[in-house]
Order: sequence, then C-alpha cells, then structure tokens
Amino acid sequence: MDIKVHVREAPGDCYVVDLSGEIDVYTSPKVKDAIGELIDRGVYHLVINLEKVRYIDSTGLGVLIGGLKRVREHGGSVHLVCTNPQIKKIFDITGLVKIFGIFDSEDAAMKALA
Amino acid sequence: MNPAAERDVAAEVVDLRVPSRAEWVALVRLATAAVANRMQFSIEDIEDVKLAVAEACTAVIQHPNHGEYIDVTCEALADALHVRVRDSGRPATDAQAVRALDFDEARVAGLGVFLIRTLMDEVRYDVHPDSGTDLRMRKQLPGRPS
Repeated sequence: MDIKVHVREAPGDCYVVDLSGEIDVYTSPKVKDAIGELIDRGVYHLVINLEKVRYIDSTGLGVLIGGLKRVREHGGSVHLVCTNPQIKKIFDITGLVKIFGIFDSEDAAMKALA
Repeated sequence: MNPAAERDVAAEVVDLRVPSRAEWVALVRLATAAVANRMQFSIEDIEDVKLAVAEACTAVIQHPNHGEYIDVTCEALADALHVRVRDSGRPATDAQAVRALDFDEARVAGLGVFLIRTLMDEVRYDVHPDSGTDLRMRKQLPGRPS
C-alpha cells in the first residue's frame, strides 16, 4: 500500500498534484509534504487529481482541508478532480463537497481556476 | 447488538492483532474487506466497512496513550457483520485532551468518528479506565432479517 505523488506545472500560476494509490494515516504525510512544499514556494492555486486514488480516509481529507485553509489565506484555491464514486461519496457525506471545487476532469478543474 | 449471544447462532469469527502503528492499518482494512466480501456484501458496503474499521484503528493510533496492539474481531453472522476494535491504552488525561484541541488533527479525528457513525448501522463505544477502549460496529446485510 502506497501513494504516488507527482507534481507538475500547469498554465496560469497553477500546479497539478497527481495522486495515485491509497491515502490513509500511513501515506497521508507524503501528500501533506508535497502540498506544503508547493504552498511554501508561493503556489496558491492547486488542482489535485484524485482520479487514480482508490481510497481516502479522514487523515487524507484532513491534509486536503489543511492545504485549502493555507492557500485561502493567500486568496488561492484547491480544485479536486474525482471520478471514483466511493470517494465522491465520502466528500458528499462529510459535506466537504461544499468547500472544495470537485470536478470530473482536469480540464474542467483548470477552466474553473481561470 | 450482542456478539456473544449471536456467536452461538452461527458466527464465523476472525481475530486479528496488529501493532498500533500506521503501517498496519492497511492490513486490517484488507482483512476486514475480505470477510465482508465472503459474506457477499456489495462493493459499496465493503468500502463502507473498510473505511469505518480503518477510522477506528486510526483513532487508536492517534490517541496519545494508545496501547501496543490493536485487537480486531470480525464476526460474520447470517444477517450482519460485527466488528470490534479494542485497544488497551488508557484514556487521555485532561491536559492531553486540551492540548489535542489546539491542533487541526482534533477536527480530523471528529471527522473519523462521524464517518464511522454514518457508514455503519450500529456503533457502540466504551471506554474503560483500566482495560482501554472498545468500539463495536454492526453492518447489516441488506435483505436479511435482523
């Protein structure tokens, strides 16, 4: 069980964080570090692609919430790309769907940032 | 919810003991999913059980006084899956509880408890000052009378 994190630059002062695998109490520090490093560098607009994430728990949600809180202090945003119905369900029942922009494709997430 | 009484009816029991460390939570998740799969829960219900059990283990691990091991018991009944997560740690002291509230993690821990209560059909949580915490959860098999 592991999480793969890949960060790439996108147009418009935005970075995309591609995540692949499972985000839980063991793997979430790796995601937290990657997001934190971007924010420390002054990147405040993030698209986090969860399309290849098979599982997320409250610690993973906590990392995303923490990232959102930090970028919002700088007028930034975090948009999520999520197509897995089970993961969408977690965002729905926790009400987090109301605080994150959640999109079915990276294109849609990028357009919403513009 | 009376696992002991229902065990006499026809429960199949799987016991698992893992160290109270983050790297072992995935094993508990997979083992519990395998039991739920054998019971022919739907994929969605299996995911619910996986997440609820993992949240229970995560809560133990993040507790300041957690014990050395987490004991997980899955009871496969004809109509439901019972999962029990036990930890031999001691309850947090008042000072530790207050300190925990200073961190965002406290809010995330609340999210974990919320998920457990939402995803499972019954949840009972007991804290014993001497023997630790004991969380019991039930997931009903759809279409089977309870």
